[in-house]
Amino acid sequence: MGKRVGMEVSIAASEAVKLANTDVVAAYPITPQTHIVEHLSEFVNNGELDAEFVPVESEHSAMSVCLGSSAAGARTFTCTSSQGLILMSEIVYIAATMRLPIVMILANRSVSGPLSIWNDHTDVMAIRDCGWIQVFANNGQEVFDHVLWAFRVGEDRRVIHPVIVNLDGFILTHVIEPIELLDQETVDRFLPPYEPLHRLHPDKPVTMGCFAMPNLYTETKKAQDEALKATMPTILEGWKEFGDLTGRHYHPIEEYRTEDADLLIVAMGSLGETACVAADSMRAQGKSVGVLEIRLWRPFPFDLFRQAVRKAGTLVVMDRATSYGGPGGPVSSEIRAALYGTDHQPKVVNFIVGLAGRDVSPEDFETMVDLTLSGKAKTRQEDYQIYGVRE
Amino acid sequence: MAKPEHEMTWHDLDVGFVVTEPGNARCYRTGDWKSMKPVLNRERCVHCGLCYIYCPDMSYSMDSEGFFIVDLNYCKGCGICAEECPTKAITMVPEEEE
Repeated sequence: MGKRVGMEVSIAASEAVKLANTDVVAAYPITPQTHIVEHLSEFVNNGELDAEFVPVESEHSAMSVCLGSSAAGARTFTCTSSQGLILMSEIVYIAATMRLPIVMILANRSVSGPLSIWNDHTDVMAIRDCGWIQVFANNGQEVFDHVLWAFRVGEDRRVIHPVIVNLDGFILTHVIEPIELLDQETVDRFLPPYEPLHRLHPDKPVTMGCFAMPNLYTETKKAQDEALKATMPTILEGWKEFGDLTGRHYHPIEEYRTEDADLLIVAMGSLGETACVAADSMRAQGKSVGVLEIRLWRPFPFDLFRQAVRKAGTLVVMDRATSYGGPGGPVSSEIRAALYGTDHQPKVVNFIVGLAGRDVSPEDFETMVDLTLSGKAKTRQEDYQIYGVRE
Repeated sequence: MAKPEHEMTWHDLDVGFVVTEPGNARCYRTGDWKSMKPVLNRERCVHCGLCYIYCPDMSYSMDSEGFFIVDLNYCKGCGICAEECPTKAITMVPEEEE
């Protein structure tokens, strides 16, 4: 087992890509993802990582290179943020349809305009339906672990899907945290070499990325939807194996002090840890508060989510993105959809918080819970509130 | 191809919709797209093969007498062969006419 060291989360992420023995990295630097790409470029340059580093001229090219290299059978990694993701999004969808198990770190950042380099989840929500497996990390250790997990699960013959590992820009990427790295031997035990089902090779020619007429396109979408839903057992198996190997256990929905909690705060990404601090404080004040952290965003773990909220009377749901003119933030819409028509109907209160890096403190969580408990928060289906906005 | 496209269910599709059978685009008969078809006047044909060279769908092939004959299963009726024919041996006529 590796030792615990103080390290910037971006460096830890690039260490994980190196330990995964990645063959190709194609990426374009963009704040706040830059340190990850810079460190990978150094690893390749000084011979620590035997990979092709392709310094592309845009993110659109980055994902295009990733498609080609993954199709040729190479273990492929890229990394982006915000505008970069939007520029590459055309190709992001194609990677999922072609079932190329590329791993991408997304350092979550708000999408312009106004121009902003700071953290929220508007970038990933713009490509929510792209067909990739999507997970959120709460801290640096989880980022390191999930890069390895993403290759292991994505490349598994029962899965064969690209995977996005989301981490909050700056809040995680630029923070130094104690992180336990794994040694090469342990990583190799967890992550076998990539053996593609199909690859572009002259010995066995295949056609990839062909077009579909209306009489076949519907069947391709059905196949894609079923394939993504069918990844769940292998996703769980990947976490189980990782936990057995490292002692760090992960789940699609993480629960904190949820036993007998009347009210659950629901959050994704780094907000989860702050919410846990707030829950400790509120429990000490005698309030019955717990936290649910949604780790697996796609495929969404509907059954596990319903199971996790079966005793709760109220859900206070955090969203770091808006859906203008829509039913609230994307996480709350998902949750309301998950609960619709079920026997147990907790009250759902939606707060849009932390846009473009605005701090969300434990005290803010307490305020939001107090607003909810005192009946001052909006709860109707289409109602939501942007927390902390100056009126 | 195991089945014609319109009979395939979603279960029949390979992972990533990879096509493992080389050259199966031949099974896809694009000839029904056309509204005009080329008709050859053998009296005027000089066997130059320009229709064969210019055809973007490679629908022309030479028969045993040295004439270039179009395969209407693949001809989309673009009319390039008729346009390029130096002796005007090819004319485009509506699909439904003989």
